[in-house]
Amino acid sequence: MEEQLKIDFEKLLENSNFSKNNVEIKRKSFNNFIEKGFPNRREESWKFSDLNQIISKNIKNLSFYNDLSKPNKIDQSIFIDGLEHNKLVFVNGRIEKIEFDYEEKNKIEILDDLFLEKPKNANNSLLFLNNAFVSKYFKLIVKKNYSLQKPLVIYNITNKDLVSKSINLKVDILLEENSSLKLIEFSDDKSTTNFININYNLDLQKNSFLKNYKIDNNSNSNIKYYFNNISQDNNSISEIFLLSSGSEFIKNEINCNLNGKYASAFVNGVFILNKTKHHEIKTNINHLVENTKSYQLIKGVLEDTSKAVYQGKIFVDSKAQKTDGYQLSKAILLNDNTEFNAKPELEIYADDVKCSHGSASGSLNEDSIFYLMSRGLNYKEAKKLLINGFLLDVVEKITDFEIKNLIKNIMSLKQ
Amino acid sequence: MREKQIDKLKDYKYGFTTDIENIRAPKGLNKEVIEFISKAKKEPKWMLDWRMKAFERLKNLKEPNWQKPKYPKIDYQDIYYYSAPKSASEKPKNIDELDPKLLETYKKLGIPLQEQQRLNGIAVDAVFDSVSVATTFKDKLNEVGVIFCSISEAIQKHPELVKKYLGSVIPLTDHYFATLNSAVFTDGSFVYIPPGVKCPMELSTYFRINASQTGQFERTLIIADKGSYVSYLEGCTAPMRDENQLHAANVELVALDNAEIKYSTVQNWYPGDENGKGGIYNFVTKRGLCKGTNSKISWTQVETGSAITWKYPSCVLQGDNSIGEFYSIAITNNYQKADTGTKMIHLGKNTKSKIISKGISAGFSDMTYRGLVDISSKAKHSTNYTQCDSLLMGNKCGAHTVPYIKNKNPESNIAHEATTSKISEEQLHYCQQRGLNPEEAVGLIVNGFCKEVLQQLPMEFAVEAQKLVGISLEGSVG
Repeated sequence: MEEQLKIDFEKLLENSNFSKNNVEIKRKSFNNFIEKGFPNRREESWKFSDLNQIISKNIKNLSFYNDLSKPNKIDQSIFIDGLEHNKLVFVNGRIEKIEFDYEEKNKIEILDDLFLEKPKNANNSLLFLNNAFVSKYFKLIVKKNYSLQKPLVIYNITNKDLVSKSINLKVDILLEENSSLKLIEFSDDKSTTNFININYNLDLQKNSFLKNYKIDNNSNSNIKYYFNNISQDNNSISEIFLLSSGSEFIKNEINCNLNGKYASAFVNGVFILNKTKHHEIKTNINHLVENTKSYQLIKGVLEDTSKAVYQGKIFVDSKAQKTDGYQLSKAILLNDNTEFNAKPELEIYADDVKCSHGSASGSLNEDSIFYLMSRGLNYKEAKKLLINGFLLDVVEKITDFEIKNLIKNIMSLKQ
Repeated sequence: MREKQIDKLKDYKYGFTTDIENIRAPKGLNKEVIEFISKAKKEPKWMLDWRMKAFERLKNLKEPNWQKPKYPKIDYQDIYYYSAPKSASEKPKNIDELDPKLLETYKKLGIPLQEQQRLNGIAVDAVFDSVSVATTFKDKLNEVGVIFCSISEAIQKHPELVKKYLGSVIPLTDHYFATLNSAVFTDGSFVYIPPGVKCPMELSTYFRINASQTGQFERTLIIADKGSYVSYLEGCTAPMRDENQLHAANVELVALDNAEIKYSTVQNWYPGDENGKGGIYNFVTKRGLCKGTNSKISWTQVETGSAITWKYPSCVLQGDNSIGEFYSIAITNNYQKADTGTKMIHLGKNTKSKIISKGISAGFSDMTYRGLVDISSKAKHSTNYTQCDSLLMGNKCGAHTVPYIKNKNPESNIAHEATTSKISEEQLHYCQQRGLNPEEAVGLIVNGFCKEVLQQLPMEFAVEAQKLVGISLEGSVG
């Protein structure tokens, strides 16, 4: 693979027009990735998901250069129906459409030729890979005091032409003071066996509000890694919801720094997995100043031989008195060969805090099934009702009414 | 200067040394030293071969470094691996023949062997530095067929049992410190409870590191045969020294069908002074195997000492319907560090495990609970319940929880809970209002916090443990 990487990297530099600074950073990042390679089980954060093995098992002849010179067709049919929204459309890693029809023009700014920086987390080789191979690095800025009228949907679409490629995207979003944004990331994949590596940097300034919904619901054989780095200033709120269901492998990593007083972060997630799917959510919530709050709720339903992993960490700095941290993960295992692994971690250096975590996994409650069957439901219906109720608990945490209904429809949960 | 020393002594009441001439093996870790140890213990050849095998393997092993408390590199060539009181090389027949100075030491420790023999009815095996000095209460145990002796004695007298079970729970191929122990272990206790026997008294071992620059590498092997029961207590202390001393023991428990082993530890090795200088590195491997059906192993530990405590008493629940329990109180003060917890490995059907862990950190200390619950796909209808609570005193210390939870079985249930809190002003105020001074109040509240675990300890130990909890936290309030 190393040779392929080198060839593809030179090809990318030849065919693109990067600034001198970026070429330099790219080279450094590239060398760093070559040195480390894809993460494997020996690294603590990849203990339950050996990416190196997963890639070599699922993807043959992975290549890293992606020709972005030709435009791709957009399949309009996959656009979300019944919800007015702004669009950012990526097809096979190339930006095809930027559309903010509902918004005031001078309140939103999009930059696309930014200086790259060295990743702060020097242990994460995938950030270096992203840095080395990303071709356009976008930044979306929502200006001071502006709230978007309609949600923004970022479509990550791949079509049949894409096979065994590595796609690297990098998007920064800056919410200036008092601004707010509802962001839906929607994946639709018709491609097979690609490695998709997306890196989001979300910067929330004072009093800003971000609602972020990540939806991956359509079955496909791609391997995906999302790294979301969030930093929050005073009074800012972030609400994240993950629907982790479609792809063969996904690892959603959320690193959230609560830098300002009264900042709060909510992370809710749902795994709905079948067949050989293997998904992971890893969170790292850092309470760095006093009076911050975080809440995490993750639930999973596993079928066939699927596997789900939740690694959640709450870190409380010695300055962060009055922290309120909560974390709960639950899973229902429906088959003999399913597996749920959890590592709910607390690292606490302040004494006046309220932190707790819980984790539970097991089968459906037989008594509940019996009760429902005695009321006339058949076994299948009873099971479905219980599972829906189990998952609805998380979906109900979504604060936006319209989007909540949309997600319920996608998950086909009845109200 | 002298006053200072006295002050120091007050803090750690076990901080005395005893002037007893020691026989030591040459410093360092090599073939000759292992041969020396084996020879000194008059071991048969198979035992020496076993040690050599471990030593060969050790050469290819690396010290683990994933733990939270980091420590300066240990120079394994700078440690005496064998140190024995000279007068014990000819082993006394009974307790009255023991070196009076040794007896004095134990008296200071609060375990006068003779008195204990008479009054308490607890059989004690005391391990001084590396050699088991005396085992009390032999006759009474012989009557019911319980074998309770030092492991070196067992190697000579009961080789068939030792051969069968030694290394069956912690194999030669285990991690670095366990393998190091297998190569150089010097003494420890051996217990065998015959089928159907309920051991008539609590068995107890006392460990003490006396000589400087020595490590203590004891090995304990407890076998509870079918339908038997034993409760075993272990206590440890060491004198105060500025250097760090290594303690790498292995404890293996085997419970056969319907047998039950209850293992309690009160660990009070020297924790170092208030600036974090000196103290014991307590890197112990403890593992129990519930081999038979309906067997049960229960670990209870009170960890108040050591500069660094790094251990995970574990249960491998192999037999169907077997039960594993883990009750722990860990207290760190000043610059102490602890990374402790348990592993519950469910292999058999209907296996149950329960984990209750209470961590208290004060001063500049750092405490980590790290645990593993692993339910394999064959362990149908297994359940686990875990509760780990931490109490923080001040904002210079840390409390961490790192549980690993693996469930591969849909018919099994796992529940895990953890909380972190501090002593509230209201609680303190209430107690003080009732006439307690702040330290007493904290002691009372902490004891209440630990109650669930303290209840699991045998009577004699519970009292000592409760006092220890108080002593360990002295000066941490305000």
